[in-house]
Amino acid sequence: MNTGIDLQRSLIELLTSLGLPFGLAKVIWMLIPMIVIILGVTIGALACTWLERKISAAMQQRIGPEYAGAFGILLPLADVGKLLIKQDIMPAKSDPILFTLGPMLVFISIFFCYLVVPFGEHLLISDLGTGIFFVIAISSLAPIGLLMSGYSSNNKYALLGGLRAAAQSISYEIPLALAALAIAMLSNGLSTVDIVNQQAGWGILSWNIWRQPVGFMIFAIAALAECERLPFDLPEADEELVAGYQNEYGGIKFALFYGGSYANLLLAGLLVAILYLGGWELPFPIDRISDFFGISPNAGWWQVIAAALGITMTLLKAYFFIFFAVLLRFTVPRVRIDQLLDLGWKFLLPIGLVNLLLTAALKLTFPFAFGG
Amino acid sequence: MVMIETKAERMVINMGPHHPSMHGVLRLLVTLDGEDVVDCEPVLGYLHRGMEKIAENRTVVQYLPYVTRWDYLATMFTEAITVNAPEKLANVTVPRRASYIRMIMLELSRIASHLLWLGTFMGDIGALSPFFYTFREREMVYDLFEAATGMRMMHNYFRVGGVAADLPYGWVDKCEDFCKYLTPKVDEYEKLITNNPIFRRRVEGLGTIGREEAINWGLSGPMLRGSGVNWDLRKVDRYELYDELDWNVQIETAGDCLARYLVRVGEIRESAKMVLQSLKQLPGGSYENLEAQRVLAGPKSEWNGFDYQFIGKKSSPTFKVPEGEHYVRVEAPKGELGVYLIGEDNMFPWRFKIRAPGFVNLQPLPQLVKGTKIADLMAILGSVDIIMGEVDR
Repeated sequence: MNTGIDLQRSLIELLTSLGLPFGLAKVIWMLIPMIVIILGVTIGALACTWLERKISAAMQQRIGPEYAGAFGILLPLADVGKLLIKQDIMPAKSDPILFTLGPMLVFISIFFCYLVVPFGEHLLISDLGTGIFFVIAISSLAPIGLLMSGYSSNNKYALLGGLRAAAQSISYEIPLALAALAIAMLSNGLSTVDIVNQQAGWGILSWNIWRQPVGFMIFAIAALAECERLPFDLPEADEELVAGYQNEYGGIKFALFYGGSYANLLLAGLLVAILYLGGWELPFPIDRISDFFGISPNAGWWQVIAAALGITMTLLKAYFFIFFAVLLRFTVPRVRIDQLLDLGWKFLLPIGLVNLLLTAALKLTFPFAFGG
Repeated sequence: MVMIETKAERMVINMGPHHPSMHGVLRLLVTLDGEDVVDCEPVLGYLHRGMEKIAENRTVVQYLPYVTRWDYLATMFTEAITVNAPEKLANVTVPRRASYIRMIMLELSRIASHLLWLGTFMGDIGALSPFFYTFREREMVYDLFEAATGMRMMHNYFRVGGVAADLPYGWVDKCEDFCKYLTPKVDEYEKLITNNPIFRRRVEGLGTIGREEAINWGLSGPMLRGSGVNWDLRKVDRYELYDELDWNVQIETAGDCLARYLVRVGEIRESAKMVLQSLKQLPGGSYENLEAQRVLAGPKSEWNGFDYQFIGKKSSPTFKVPEGEHYVRVEAPKGELGVYLIGEDNMFPWRFKIRAPGFVNLQPLPQLVKGTKIADLMAILGSVDIIMGEVDR
């Protein structure tokens, strides 16, 4: 077993060799994951907005963004720039503390979840033992932020949107957790790295999607609902509630919501990739390539290539899910609130429980194939 | 046992006049109990321009450019009724060619109106893409209008006794191409929409109006035919030359939003069929009454004189609305569009009452939405198909 790339140790060694004290080097190291996560996720979310524009344009026989940079690729940046320099408006008779806290809570909770998202064996911020549980726990903080902003806006549409967001998140968190629980059962652990490692071996054939097709469907539907994407975008249903809880927001606070929602979509894509599509694994085992070319798997340059391939694969799978979500958004109408809750409680929850039971039974019966 | 009593305050929410799905400037005072609509009170008049009063000091030709602002999505119908009323009162006959051109224009206008309705209705229940697809086809209708009338929306094309200009060269082929292109596209919409389970669940059994109820409310158009009443003025009144075409009235019996959707989609198909037939049967001859008289009378016709040729080429500027009163109606895409006209042998009508279908069809809305969810309110309002320019006039 190779140790892989350990950026932390290498960087600290580099800094100490330059004459910095060990403590300071460690502090400098701590800044790097923060910056990487904020920049990486923001760029990922911006890419999502651009993709959404381009894909929807292609679906609707439009051209989409065209002039800002090549293929309008700079348009998301222009959006951010515009939102950053806009006036920060606080509606009259609103609750200023909650009004400011709401978007922050949404944004921070979503960005926190990226701590445990792995792009490779050692390419993650922290390999928590609670992994996927951490994601589910932290991401359920976001609806509190939505409820806060809906309540504090002093606007009836916003209040309705906030209430809808809370009801929706609570109902879909449970099927989501059940689907993830079945995966945890298969891989004997909650750690995201363990989950992916358990899917290694026979390439595409060993991915969890084959073992958990029902779980995959539940997870995908619940993830869409958690992201408030179109068949389930009731909290911000623009035809009914104008913009839901975002009604009174503008400028940077709106940008937090907007960026947060796309970061959430990206997170959902990454989670689907990790839980069901084999994470950073290629469709065929990567050892085959190194064996074929006679490369030692411990060679430094090969490690870099393998890591790059892993990151690419994870992102490809995540963006595939996002592509699917965008297609869905521009194809289907919105469900009604009672239909949404019915789907969550009366359909996904029982199916999720049965799926869990079935997984346990299969694990006992066929321990070789189901992570025994 | 001690029960905790919860008493929720009802929320009165003011939707409109500028709300994304209020189709213009309708304002609804909605009382909500959570997500349920308890009461709904429409408030009208934000687009009132005094259309009827303005008509009282305009000649027909002066008023014609303005009437397209009643229902700005089915513009040909407003023009048709504005010229039909004095025409019928003065017994002006319309040449066959003019009548056919009118029918073609009316049916194209119906297609355009229904296409736009389809897009916005789907938008109201959350599907965004159909809007772009229907607009693609609607643009083509408007291109046809532009080629024939010079204007895309506010055509000013109908005249007392005919139409303002003959169809340009090549227009008939262009229109035929469009009709043949449209039907497969309607199939595409139906593939995308009709059997979509989410769409079905959103609209099936929603906003149901019974047959009796629909008649008692005075509803018309797809609202009435969706409730199972076989009532289409094109068949009932036999105006223009609709009798010469082979077509069917679209009826559904369910009376819900889905039925109204099906009726309208069926009407798009029927209209395309009717336009194709009219194009095939399009007779030659004059496109306007006086022109027809001139041709009929030969070279010695008084209409060949200087006055006709260079000063008063068309009858309308000095056309007098004869004494008398009557009610004239056409089957507009939204329903029965009528004008109650009182003339006093003057160039201006004494009274010009407009019976707008949208205004009448909007009446049962509060009753329909009671007890539904907020999302249903939008679906029902969308299925009524109102245009505030016509409701408020």
